[in-house]
Amino acid sequence: MPYPPSMSSVSNSAQSLTSSPASGSGIGAELMRRTLRAMITSRTLENKLSSLYKAGKIVGGVYLGKGQEAFSASLGCCLDQDRDIFAPLIRDQAGRTAFGEELIDATRTYLGSALGPMKGRDGNIHRGRPAERRPAMISHLGTSVSIVAGMLMARRMKNDLDGVVGATCVGDGATSTGSFHEGLNLAAVEKLPMVILIADNQFAYSTPRSRQFACESLVDRALGYGVGAVEIDGTDLGACLQGIQTAVELARSGRGPQVVVGKLLRLCGHGEHDDGNYVSSELRKSAMGRDCLDVGIQQVIGFGYATETEISSWQAEAAERVQEAVAQAQREPKPDPFKEDWRACSEGGRESQ
Amino acid sequence: MSVTYIDAIHQAQLDLLRSREDVFLYGQDIGAFGGAFKATKGLQEEFPERVLDSPISEDAMVGMAIGAAISGMRPIVEMQFADFSSIAFNQIVNHAGTHFYRTGVPVPITVRLPCGGTPGFGPFHSQMVEALYGHYPGIVVVTPATVSDAYHLLKASVELDDPVVFCEHKFLYRWLKAARISEETLPLGRARISRAGKHATVVTYSAMVHEAVRAANRLAGEGWEIEVVDLRTIKPLDMDTVLASVARTGRLLALGEAFPWGGVTAEIVSRVVAEGFHLLDAAPLRLNARDTPIPYHPDLWAAHRPTPESIVEKLRELLNL
Repeated sequence: MPYPPSMSSVSNSAQSLTSSPASGSGIGAELMRRTLRAMITSRTLENKLSSLYKAGKIVGGVYLGKGQEAFSASLGCCLDQDRDIFAPLIRDQAGRTAFGEELIDATRTYLGSALGPMKGRDGNIHRGRPAERRPAMISHLGTSVSIVAGMLMARRMKNDLDGVVGATCVGDGATSTGSFHEGLNLAAVEKLPMVILIADNQFAYSTPRSRQFACESLVDRALGYGVGAVEIDGTDLGACLQGIQTAVELARSGRGPQVVVGKLLRLCGHGEHDDGNYVSSELRKSAMGRDCLDVGIQQVIGFGYATETEISSWQAEAAERVQEAVAQAQREPKPDPFKEDWRACSEGGRESQ
Repeated sequence: MSVTYIDAIHQAQLDLLRSREDVFLYGQDIGAFGGAFKATKGLQEEFPERVLDSPISEDAMVGMAIGAAISGMRPIVEMQFADFSSIAFNQIVNHAGTHFYRTGVPVPITVRLPCGGTPGFGPFHSQMVEALYGHYPGIVVVTPATVSDAYHLLKASVELDDPVVFCEHKFLYRWLKAARISEETLPLGRARISRAGKHATVVTYSAMVHEAVRAANRLAGEGWEIEVVDLRTIKPLDMDTVLASVARTGRLLALGEAFPWGGVTAEIVSRVVAEGFHLLDAAPLRLNARDTPIPYHPDLWAAHRPTPESIVEKLRELLNL
């Protein structure tokens, strides 16, 4: 079945990935099916979150990953849930789902249930379970790179690093931060088994790439640190899986940090408060503006990995699971200010007041 | 034989490395070179895997330490100078400081900050930054004034599950000596009466404890008995000890080497007024460094920070109120 060719460009680094001319070939059925299912679940959840936000049921912001699901879910599915580390950013619902995050964690955090992982103390996409190798992001971009590096360094010092990969995601805007550069350089110096995804989604909030950096490709930034890097078509599920799987394998085999740049377009505003009117219709209509979910469905059907009927059943199941997770979180108690312990330190560091 | 303040910091790190496999040191030039102030001299030789040189990347150094801490390690990060921790500010206050509250997972990192003025070090190698970190929730700020406290409080900081900013004063590094490190110590979070008195209380911390004691000794010749409280940690702040002292003397001078706007001395005065107004016989006073960047020239520097002379002058004002 026809699908647009991959637009992969490959760096000249010795550690760089190979191109993926026939995106999807060589990707096993199981992996591709699993990734597409995570994408479907994520899109279904995010559509629901958007509705809840617009209905005033979610306080604060809602940040979606529409258009980035193939790129993000591919990472989540290429990592090993039982030992790897995954530090997502704001547009990684698909990656979170793919890496095993329960839907209820998302709905509880967005809807402010006291039973969620953040207990109402932090919201939306800041959630995480650090003890389960899923750090809880802060809003300051680029900071997760060194966090993941440290999680890997700890394992190295405890002789427990063997076969573990740590991964994190940033956007094109985050690559302008000092924290990103310091972290990437540190990871390179320590030759850590890391994969860093850069979703080059053309805009950092409303600021276009041209006002964000002057290099042609963000691959250049990685090469400057001696880090292997490749640019892939982030709208192409097959290309994403191929590129990211290779990067994860290279990192796991001791080749040091790997950067994968996904060229794509964010198909929503920065948050649901933003209509994204700064994105030109020309760009929306370009190849970059195509919906990775449609592409992925076509690819999976085209490879004969699933039928249309099967995919419809996945969609129906996702809708049901999302509905359940929302309903459950809405039934649950909110945090109670009178029962909150208001402690920022564990027992030892507390100030008596 | 005597032990200096920096010997105590070195010894604490050595003992921690020997007694705990989860402790490691990370910082610029701390490996074979032994650190800018030699606080880690020889440690890499004994622990090559756990004493690591870092790139000049304060943000990533602390980020890495946070990641390691939530993975079961107890990192000690050495900032070359406290002033450079401004680059790591975000990771310390927003990442480490919020982590336990947000996730329930503590971040047992210790960030060592060589702070405070010494002659000739100028505006970017002399600053006192404890108030910045004390302002944020979730961070413990330790400010040892003695050789024994440098040792025991550093060990206690590493044992603590919370992020600690450990402010060690450079002026004390080699100048301050003790016969030995004492066996006994107070727990972290408790202040100490460094010098007993009954006419006025000076509440201070770090190197200013010694300047306050000098000032008190000068006034002793005139019959004034000045009590000096060494806070030891500015967060937690041991108000019980402070208020008990003010109850004895009725007069308070809050003394610090930091810049005068806000900060620890303002916090002390504010709390004593709010919690112990009835104990005061006179309006409390504050004495800090001047509100300019820290000057380079030793003569200017000496007049920028509080000195025994300026402390004596301030105490006379307090005693005559």
